[in-house]
Amino acid sequence: MAADTRPKRPFRWHVGVFLAPAVLVYTAIMILPLAGTLQLSLFRNIEQHQVFVGLENFRTLFGDPNWSVNFWNALRNNTWFFIIHMLVQNPIGVMLAALLSSPRLRFSAFYRTAIFVPTILSFVIVGFAWKLILSPLWGVAPHLLDLVGLKSLFTPWLGKEEYALTALSLISVWQFVGIPMMLIYAALLSIPEEVIEAAECDGITGMSQFWKIKLPLILPSIGIISILTFVGNFNAFDLIYTAQGALAGPNYSTDILGTFLYRAFFGFQLQVGDPNMGAAIATMMFLIILGGVCVYLFLVQTRLRRYQF
Amino acid sequence: MSTATRSLPRTIGAHAILLTYTAIALFPVILVIMNSFKSRAGIFGAPLTPPTPKTFDLIGYTTVIGQGDFIHYFQNSLVVTVASLFFVLLFGAMAAFALSEYRFRGNSLMGLYLALGIMIPIRLGTVAILQLMVASGLVNTLTALILVYTAQGLPLAIFILSEFMKQVSDDLKNAGRIDGLSEYTIFFRLVLPLVRPSMATVAVFTMIPIWNDLWFPLILAPSEETKTVTLGAQLFLGQFVTNWNAILAALSLAIMPVLILYVIFSRQLIRGITSGAVK
Repeated sequence: MAADTRPKRPFRWHVGVFLAPAVLVYTAIMILPLAGTLQLSLFRNIEQHQVFVGLENFRTLFGDPNWSVNFWNALRNNTWFFIIHMLVQNPIGVMLAALLSSPRLRFSAFYRTAIFVPTILSFVIVGFAWKLILSPLWGVAPHLLDLVGLKSLFTPWLGKEEYALTALSLISVWQFVGIPMMLIYAALLSIPEEVIEAAECDGITGMSQFWKIKLPLILPSIGIISILTFVGNFNAFDLIYTAQGALAGPNYSTDILGTFLYRAFFGFQLQVGDPNMGAAIATMMFLIILGGVCVYLFLVQTRLRRYQF
Repeated sequence: MSTATRSLPRTIGAHAILLTYTAIALFPVILVIMNSFKSRAGIFGAPLTPPTPKTFDLIGYTTVIGQGDFIHYFQNSLVVTVASLFFVLLFGAMAAFALSEYRFRGNSLMGLYLALGIMIPIRLGTVAILQLMVASGLVNTLTALILVYTAQGLPLAIFILSEFMKQVSDDLKNAGRIDGLSEYTIFFRLVLPLVRPSMATVAVFTMIPIWNDLWFPLILAPSEETKTVTLGAQLFLGQFVTNWNAILAALSLAIMPVLILYVIFSRQLIRGITSGAVK
């Protein structure tokens, strides 16, 4: 920090003053608790005392069937949650952005604004609104399916073990598709006119122009979106909690790491909350997210050199 | 495939796809708001039609306003959001200025340290944050939420703002120095007004997750006194599962302030995303 500036020049207090508030709050509320949580995962509460137990909590998490079944279930569900986002949210986002960025498209500001609306709503609103729409009691979803002659397809998706997680993932996709759309849209706008004109001179237009010219140029943005999606998904909690409760029903079929952490930490029904096990799960989430970020930084980022204008 | 870039079928196709998706995006919102103004019979009898004089009913709204303490929750959310926003912008801008303006040893290391929080979510530290708040007696206070959200918002704010502060002309700052202005005056009087547009962008980015957060209010401040709108709505909706009028009205009340703000600021937000975020 500012203390490092002492040699050569007089001590510049203002640098320290400018940095101090942000660094203090950030360190005290974010970095230290994060480190504290990692540390807590190595301790256990034995007779009101925190005792160092090494990796014992992790042995419980992976070895004790009471925990490991739930953990692997949550991790599997979370992975599926992520896969759906990558397969549905990002391609739709790219497609919408490609359409929006086509030159002289009218009403594009209106489309942009409207498609981004779900993203600004809270999970509580989104979760409940979709719960109502998909509810067989209200009958909006079956009625709509009836209009296109597919009424036989309707089941209470959120209540069925085999569909609930996919349904919730799609709801989350519906909510967040605006983010990839906006970022890709911005990337497409920043492609210089000359590149497009050169392509047109060579007779590359329309769809092949998108695949051959534009897509390679927006790959770095797709990389950023993928890592943002990854971090967001493995950290998700609110939507599942709002729509299915802390038990992530039916029968834990929508349990993801966030809800699993919440139950371990706070307890639910008969199980008592255990901060140390909660910390162990948070540590696992930390490692997963860190792993994803490292893969992104070292593999994706170094290969996809950003196009410099 | 057509070879012309702007043929008519293409344009129609683009509009068709965009319109379809716009309908998908807006349908649930419109459906909820529309039905919140209807009687119970109207909600179940004809969910897809707008309220008619026959089905128009404000019973849902009177229930919500009578039962839930929504105005109080709303105040809490407002206090938390505005206060966190103020600190994020002030501290973030100050740190961004220090990082972009001065060369000192450890500058880039400090930048990297502060950027860690963009990728690693603060939620993972919840266990220790709760202990910290219990130890300092801040559980069930709005201060706890403000502190957490300030820490949460800072990394991205510093990152975006320092990109913009690098663009402020050096000549201007040096002219200020020659005129004998202190570094603080240069920051508050010269630099801050120039980066105001990017401050607005950062404000919108910071505000939405804070206003919508459920996790920290649930864990750090679940008491009646400190409930935010998001948590209050969640509990209220849980209680009134069978009262559809009340649920739809509560959802509409939660949607409308955000929607109105969004319509006012959408231009700013979208310009912010398309200029700053992908730098």
